[in-house]
Amino acid sequence: MINITEANKKVVEAFMEARPVVVGTAKAIEVIPGMHKDLYLHAGPPISWERMAGPMKGAMIGALIFEGRAKTAEEANKLLESGQIKFAPCHEHASVGPMAGVISPSMAVFIVENKTHGNKAYSGMNEGRGKVLRMGAYSPEVIDRMKWLNDVYAPTMDAALKSAGGVDIRSLLGKALHMGDDGHNRLDAASLLFTTSLAPHIAKVAKNAATASDVVRFMGENALTILNPVMAACKTMTDAGANIEGSTIVTVMARNGTDFGIRVSGLGDRWFTGPAGQVKALYFPGFTVKDANPDIGDSTITETAGIGGFAMATAPAIVTFISGTAKDAVQTTMDMYEITYAEHKYFTIPFLEFRGTPTGVDIRKVVEKSMLPRVNTGVAHKDPGVGQVGAGVVTPPMNIFEDALVAFAEKYGI
Amino acid sequence: MAVIKAQIRTGVYYDSAVLMQLQRSLANLPGVGDAGVIMGTDTNKELLERIDLVSPEVTASRENDLVIVVRADNEKTADEAIAKVDELLTAKKATAETNVRPKTIEAANEILPESSWVLISVAGRYAARVARQALAVGKHVFLFSDNVSVEDEISLKAEAAEKGLLVMGPDCGTAIVSGIGLGFANKVRKGPIGMVAAAGTGLQQVSSRIHQLGSGLTYGIGTGGRDLSEKIGGVTFLMALDVLTRDPETKVIVLVSKPPAPKVAEDVLRVARKAGKPVVVNFIGRTPISRQVGNLYFASGLDDAAAIAVELAKNPPAPYVAPELDLKRFAKGQKYLRGLFSGGTLAYEAQHLLTEYLPKVYANAPINKDNKLKDALVSVEHTIVDLGEDEFTVGRLHPMMDNELRIRRLLDEAKDPEVAVIMLDVVVGFGSHEDPASELAPAIAKAKDVAKKAGRYLEVAAVVTGTEDDPQKLSAQIEPLKKAGAWVSTSNEEVVRYVGSILQGLNAVATVEKPAATPIDLAILKKPLEAINIGLESFYDNLKVQGTPAIQLDWRPSAGGNEKLIGILERMKKYE
Repeated sequence: MINITEANKKVVEAFMEARPVVVGTAKAIEVIPGMHKDLYLHAGPPISWERMAGPMKGAMIGALIFEGRAKTAEEANKLLESGQIKFAPCHEHASVGPMAGVISPSMAVFIVENKTHGNKAYSGMNEGRGKVLRMGAYSPEVIDRMKWLNDVYAPTMDAALKSAGGVDIRSLLGKALHMGDDGHNRLDAASLLFTTSLAPHIAKVAKNAATASDVVRFMGENALTILNPVMAACKTMTDAGANIEGSTIVTVMARNGTDFGIRVSGLGDRWFTGPAGQVKALYFPGFTVKDANPDIGDSTITETAGIGGFAMATAPAIVTFISGTAKDAVQTTMDMYEITYAEHKYFTIPFLEFRGTPTGVDIRKVVEKSMLPRVNTGVAHKDPGVGQVGAGVVTPPMNIFEDALVAFAEKYGI
Repeated sequence: MAVIKAQIRTGVYYDSAVLMQLQRSLANLPGVGDAGVIMGTDTNKELLERIDLVSPEVTASRENDLVIVVRADNEKTADEAIAKVDELLTAKKATAETNVRPKTIEAANEILPESSWVLISVAGRYAARVARQALAVGKHVFLFSDNVSVEDEISLKAEAAEKGLLVMGPDCGTAIVSGIGLGFANKVRKGPIGMVAAAGTGLQQVSSRIHQLGSGLTYGIGTGGRDLSEKIGGVTFLMALDVLTRDPETKVIVLVSKPPAPKVAEDVLRVARKAGKPVVVNFIGRTPISRQVGNLYFASGLDDAAAIAVELAKNPPAPYVAPELDLKRFAKGQKYLRGLFSGGTLAYEAQHLLTEYLPKVYANAPINKDNKLKDALVSVEHTIVDLGEDEFTVGRLHPMMDNELRIRRLLDEAKDPEVAVIMLDVVVGFGSHEDPASELAPAIAKAKDVAKKAGRYLEVAAVVTGTEDDPQKLSAQIEPLKKAGAWVSTSNEEVVRYVGSILQGLNAVATVEKPAATPIDLAILKKPLEAINIGLESFYDNLKVQGTPAIQLDWRPSAGGNEKLIGILERMKKYE
């Protein structure tokens, strides 16, 4: 007979004891398990080309142009419709991607290694805010930036990371949470910490001073520089707790812009999906809710690991995204304690007397209390090629937790 | 013709989210078509270009500049919008409700860890589950909700008893704890009287009367109307009685109930007798036989109960000392009474008084026909025989004149291994036997000897009715009886109560006792009241008005009330 308590304890222990370190960069095809030249990874649960949301389609088009497999959007479209290009969720290949989350074979990815359990995870280079591939934009300047990231930025990062002996993401995040970051939507402090820890090494290993300057400037200007390594780090944490028999803890929450999907530790690799929600957001000038694509991206891996929306109480500045008060931020974290299994050992909240962040979403509690996980997220334009239009908060659909609970009862004969 | 107006502020920093919010507020102003409030980075300026929200100032701005730009119907509106920026930036949000409203008892407990009470008034079908959660975190429960099944009540109270917690209810309307009223309650001053009530308005009526009469309450503990039914067995009532017994501030206890199950009423009274302080009893529909028995005071009604309690609290009686019963003298299996009477009225009174001690007493002349002996010559369990009845006096003298039949019956009864006590009446005076003791005393000695030889102890108790001036002389009758080993009194009631107590004691030892509840921790009960309220918001407001720290739960039914999911969640608990 299973023991849910013991199983869950084991899972959250693995989440917390995982010590992810970003150790270098490489081309996706060289490191991501199962990657091949026709495989294009995307965010969220599995999806067909037909059902893909606009931003994901745009990112796929951009990725084919970037790979040199198409010169125009039309050409790319033809190829994507042909069935020659295979799609798979990042999550099924030890990877994660923000927003559309597209990873193509020759894209550079960060390598994050969990020093405790030995597992690894991968995520691309972050392009900054605005008109970017991950939001579905694929104009020439977007592709040019991707090429620079791949050819100049990533190799420099790789050399700098090796020179630095890696950067410990868990300790860096712990510090950033005390500096007003939530670890998902607000990574200003974490990105600066990342930049300052690598800058000396970049200066040392860069091809020349101009490259060093470009790379450090790019890192410093992009408040989301560290988002992808953080996501991959969270992925190594939750993967360490995946596939534990009898556990009701969620190990993946991810969206593809059409569906929101979760996986549960005790239910293996099975996805439970429902419609992706509309983000309650603030929009960039000129955009409204009518432009917004439904919820998209793997970045919910941060909430899955116990930060992001769950750590709102430590990042009160971001409540303005929902026109809230600082007290709402505290309330959000307090609410998340109600549906999680543990309080994090290493991620703490000074304002709550250094209480650990709510960690390990328990499907039992979500269903019992009808309380959904809170996610902080960016919003992509619904059409391919436009990019980010805002940011806000969203929750998953209730049915996926209910379906998972029913499946759990069936699997274990409860 | 729409105009675009911009303002650039250098050297200020605002968080982008604040700016996005500001931008939305500006765009919502009447007459404003669009607005942008950004830091002047290239990316941001591109965004503005995309929607043609640019002016030369915007283009010239730098990344450390705050750019405010609006498109409005006319210049005036645009200027007014920009003028609003500072106001909007400094505007404070109205702070909403300052009290946090947690969604679960566990979370509420984190906030108010000193709370020892949970008030529950959610819909009945959810109430038991919520009550279980409260017990799980070690709280006393005030369960106002009704429509809770008997099965749930039994299991809740069993769990509570194991943990030394009270479950007041279900359907408990009122309670008073440390001077604070829960649910429907009156403002009653603190005082020396403790109440337990299986009757909500009964508690309100009596406590109010006590207040009106100038006294007050330590506790008024409601139990729910079903508590004294046979199925529930008075779990809460007995626990409450026990804690009031131990509470040094409670000088007098008042027990009030709607008609209780007779068996449970017996259990309660048995415990009440040992309280060591006066206990006023008003079980509605149970006519008191006597005003006072030992430390128990039987009130004729609610008002009477209040009056007696107040009087007892004001003028405490001398502590009641129960007569020495020495039950250890009796052998195992001795448990019945046999009363052999010559006087019909004395036999009647004995039966009547014994209803306070024994569930059923058979008789040849019974006080109710269910207790009629089939055969006056054959005793059954507890039996009282009036040997002055016609069936015995046909062709024979009345037993007041002729002792022979009674002596024979006395010796027969003494041989019965289940008999513990034999009661006799000896009525002297003109017309009676000239010296009954001369015949009865040897018979009593012989009867006791029969029992002794069989390894038993037989108690013989006798009431002697008469005066010193009677021909037989009262004291001359009493003396030989006492010498023969009888327990003698001149009061029929005193003898009946004495034998009643013995038999009650023997039969209580014989019945299997329920496993005792874990005693309620008096120290926790004595703490100033702090409470978690789930359900009716007015109960929360009432607590606040009374100055009690309290938390109102933002409660929702488990799994949105979906029975299938609730079932799974319940079954999963077995795997925890």
